[in-house]
Amino acid sequence: MKRYLPFIIVVAVALLAVGSGAMLYRAKRPATLTMSGKGGEPKHVRGNPKASVTLEEFGDFQCPPCGRIAPEIKKLEEDYQSQLRVVFRHLPLATHVHAQAAACAAEAASMQDRFWEMHDLLYKEQAVWSKSEDSRALFQAYAGMIGLDLGRFKRDIDSEEVKARIAADQRQAASLGVTNTPTFFLNNRAVDPASINPEKLRSLVDAELKEKKNPSG
Amino acid sequence: MSATRIHIILYSAAGVAALVGLAESIYLSVMAFTGETVVCGGSASCYEVLGSAYARIGGVPVAALGALAYFGVFSCATFALFGYVRARMFFALIVWMMFAFTFWLLYVQAFVLHAFCRYCLFSAAIIFLLAGIAVAMPAASERKTAR
Repeated sequence: MKRYLPFIIVVAVALLAVGSGAMLYRAKRPATLTMSGKGGEPKHVRGNPKASVTLEEFGDFQCPPCGRIAPEIKKLEEDYQSQLRVVFRHLPLATHVHAQAAACAAEAASMQDRFWEMHDLLYKEQAVWSKSEDSRALFQAYAGMIGLDLGRFKRDIDSEEVKARIAADQRQAASLGVTNTPTFFLNNRAVDPASINPEKLRSLVDAELKEKKNPSG
Repeated sequence: MSATRIHIILYSAAGVAALVGLAESIYLSVMAFTGETVVCGGSASCYEVLGSAYARIGGVPVAALGALAYFGVFSCATFALFGYVRARMFFALIVWMMFAFTFWLLYVQAFVLHAFCRYCLFSAAIIFLLAGIAVAMPAASERKTAR
């Protein structure tokens, strides 16, 4: 018996490890989320409103994976042009100290119809402002760079309307069970977190386009 | 204390340490596969590390590779405990490979990402402990059983 004991122990631990990992995965894996279409029209849409594919993101400007995927999404928009529209919704996470302020800056820019310019700049400069002691000063500098009326921007960034817009997106996220960023929905179906990379997203968009062209297939 | 007794104590300690590391690695692997990295115990630094490009090798989470390595260490420690001489060699080999990789990960955290993940530091502490055990292990020739 002693001869087989180490084999028994090792196999038992292997089974226990695989079993506990599988159980933990089942408990933590995101449910297959779908958007109901309720919860208000998205405020920030870029691209053809009648595009056959809609990629909707719940994002946090301070989240590094969101920052990394942002230029890739832009490439997708350029490549697919009128076939793809992109929607952005705010989900600033409490773990990121400047995320809420960044969302406010983007919304304040939106009040002057410059949301996407600020969106792109915030992601591009994420490494700078996210480590800054005074991120607000940087946001004001960015507002200047994209040609905003600074006086209005400073007023809007602290306004109740801006906070309400962000809160509305957060409520939408909560109602869908979205807790992580970035979370993407492609034509109202949640994208598996493991597929949030340029190649997989591109293949998913291709699949959606193919499905739209050949609905039966 | 005889060399045999020291072996038993050290390999048992290594087995327990490897089990702790295995449990942590499984947890982190599941976090990576489900996209829960973002929660990261409320720590932004942890998120910066585990959400970075360095947290995966060829698309595979480093934590999953860690789980395999810890399982290897546990298996070798168990077999060594039962007198398998070759298991000792593999035990030392895996531990030193993990030790070297840990230095790379610590370098990335300190000088590339400028952020430390508490889970990674805990894992590094376990690997340092395993390396200490590998160093403290008496020479294999002192044991009679050779398989």
